[in-house]
Amino acid sequence: MTQQSGRKIGGPLLKVQGISLSFGGVKALSDVSFEIRQHEILAIIGPNGAGKSSMLNVINGFYHPQSGTVTYKGATRKQMQPHEAAEQGIARTFQNIALFKGMSTLDNIMSGRLLKMKVNFFLQALYWGPAQREEIAHREVVERIIDFLEIQAIRKTPVGKLPYGLQKRVELGRALAAEPDLLLLDEPMAGMNVEEKEDMCRFVLDVNEEFGTTIALIEHDMGVVMDISDRVVVLDYGRKIADGVPDEVRANKDVIDAYLGVSH
Amino acid sequence: MELQDLYFLIEVIIGGLMAGVLYSLVALGFVLIFKASGVFNFAQGAMVLFAALPVVRLIEWGVPVWAAIAAAAAIMIGLAFVIERTVLRPLVNQEGIILFMATLGVTFLLEGLAQQIWGSEVYRLDIGIPTDPLFLGEILVNGFDISVAVAAGLLVAALIAFFQTTKVGRALRAVADDHQAAQSVGIPLNHIWIIVWSIAGLVALIAGIVWGSKLGVQFAMTFVALKALPVLILGGFTSIPGAIVGGLIVGAGEKLSEVYLGPIIGGGLENWFAYMLAMVVLLFRPQGLFGEKIIERV
Ligand SMILES: Nc1ncnc2c1ncn2[C@@H]1O[C@H](COP(=O)(O)OP(=O)(O)OP(=O)(O)O)[C@@H](O)[C@H]1O
Ligand SMILES: [Mg+2]
Repeated sequence: MTQQSGRKIGGPLLKVQGISLSFGGVKALSDVSFEIRQHEILAIIGPNGAGKSSMLNVINGFYHPQSGTVTYKGATRKQMQPHEAAEQGIARTFQNIALFKGMSTLDNIMSGRLLKMKVNFFLQALYWGPAQREEIAHREVVERIIDFLEIQAIRKTPVGKLPYGLQKRVELGRALAAEPDLLLLDEPMAGMNVEEKEDMCRFVLDVNEEFGTTIALIEHDMGVVMDISDRVVVLDYGRKIADGVPDEVRANKDVIDAYLGVSH
Repeated sequence: MELQDLYFLIEVIIGGLMAGVLYSLVALGFVLIFKASGVFNFAQGAMVLFAALPVVRLIEWGVPVWAAIAAAAAIMIGLAFVIERTVLRPLVNQEGIILFMATLGVTFLLEGLAQQIWGSEVYRLDIGIPTDPLFLGEILVNGFDISVAVAAGLLVAALIAFFQTTKVGRALRAVADDHQAAQSVGIPLNHIWIIVWSIAGLVALIAGIVWGSKLGVQFAMTFVALKALPVLILGGFTSIPGAIVGGLIVGAGEKLSEVYLGPIIGGGLENWFAYMLAMVVLLFRPQGLFGEKIIERV
């Protein structure tokens, strides 16, 4: 297990309490509570259909749970809209890559800066000059992200034409462009080859270390999980069955049972 | 071919293109809403009527033309707010067909309201669009048509500039591309819907004024919605250039077929030409001439 230096894990940044969510008859989450601490990397694991993605969707407002609360930066709420989550510094990537397929890599990452643009949403059309100057400042941030993710070569490529692994990287870039306080990654390494996975792990660790960004990620690859996470939350059939540091979780009997019972 | 015949052909084509501009405008309203919210807005035709009627009434009351148009624009923007609040927001994430049904409801509501207030007469509308005929060399062109074409061209240019260069335009394109991704970067879908429905309302207003000035403001306007359907099939449901070119093709094709095939096949060709053309396109290119993918939500 790699132990990062230069960052100190703090108190809870986000806390979910008693979250229950169902779709018709399907209970996706039942009474789930855990916390995500300042500057940590938290892994959420569990078999297919365990409710991991649903949990992220609750946190950033895509799903509204039937019961339970989310406390973020000290404020407790029952639900909010995705754009409000974004406004409060929560950025994310998706399990099934949600990029703007028709736009270039550059424009996709630029779109992550949307909320940083000060000029008013409705009146922007009237402020031609300032809008243009702002654009240049944002371009600089985006170029730095592009360098960081080593995707200079595909800046102008429409992302729909990129291979899967690179699309995932662009999506991470877009989330980073928002300079989030909390970064949610839904299976950022799924479908990647070993080399791509190593790159992605490095990016995640670097983001966490350099910018102190708090990260919650979903991942199926146990090697990766044990390597990069500070703590692990395990879900199974919508319930939390374990929560602790990687070594604890690995030794947990419920976790072993849950994983033996399910094939991947 | 005699030179005279050639001039006549060109006049027919130009006349058709002008009618086509109207189809384009209505189709444009459809495409904007479909791209941004995945809703097939059946009410677009009713919106054309609903936008034009207040203009007529206010001018009758002696309100200056510009103020009447501004008031109608305000009504259409208000309508966008109401539709977002009462239809789109409660039905978010529902199946496309349910939203389509909801727009059917909006259609009947708007038409009913319009009839309640204005009855079903044909109103004359004259906002002072220049109508003097014009000779381009040997070719006679209707001045009204030229004005309309110029206005429509300006409208389209303004829309393109808006979409390409402004932050709101960028957000609209983002939403059209991927709803989830757009929300996750902080774009409020509700605002986008209001903006898009407002723009569609303003486009409907312009179509209504043009149509009304030409043929009178009347209930039959709502049927342009039906003409827009073959235009959309031709141009593709998600393509703005497709809506424009599709409208022009249908307009010109109708007139040409009426004039040249009409005497052979029989009259009334103008009425069903567009649908036949759409069917042929469906057989060979179901996504339309400019469409991005197969229509899935209609
Ligand atoms: N929008 C939805 N509508 C209906 N059911 C849903 C929806 N989203 C999730 N579910 C259901 O909730 C349960 C949990 O799904 P979820 O996607 O959260 O699992 P997961 O842990 O992310 O699984 P995976 O590892 O396969 O991604 C599943 O039974 C799923 O079918
Ligand atoms: Mg998932």
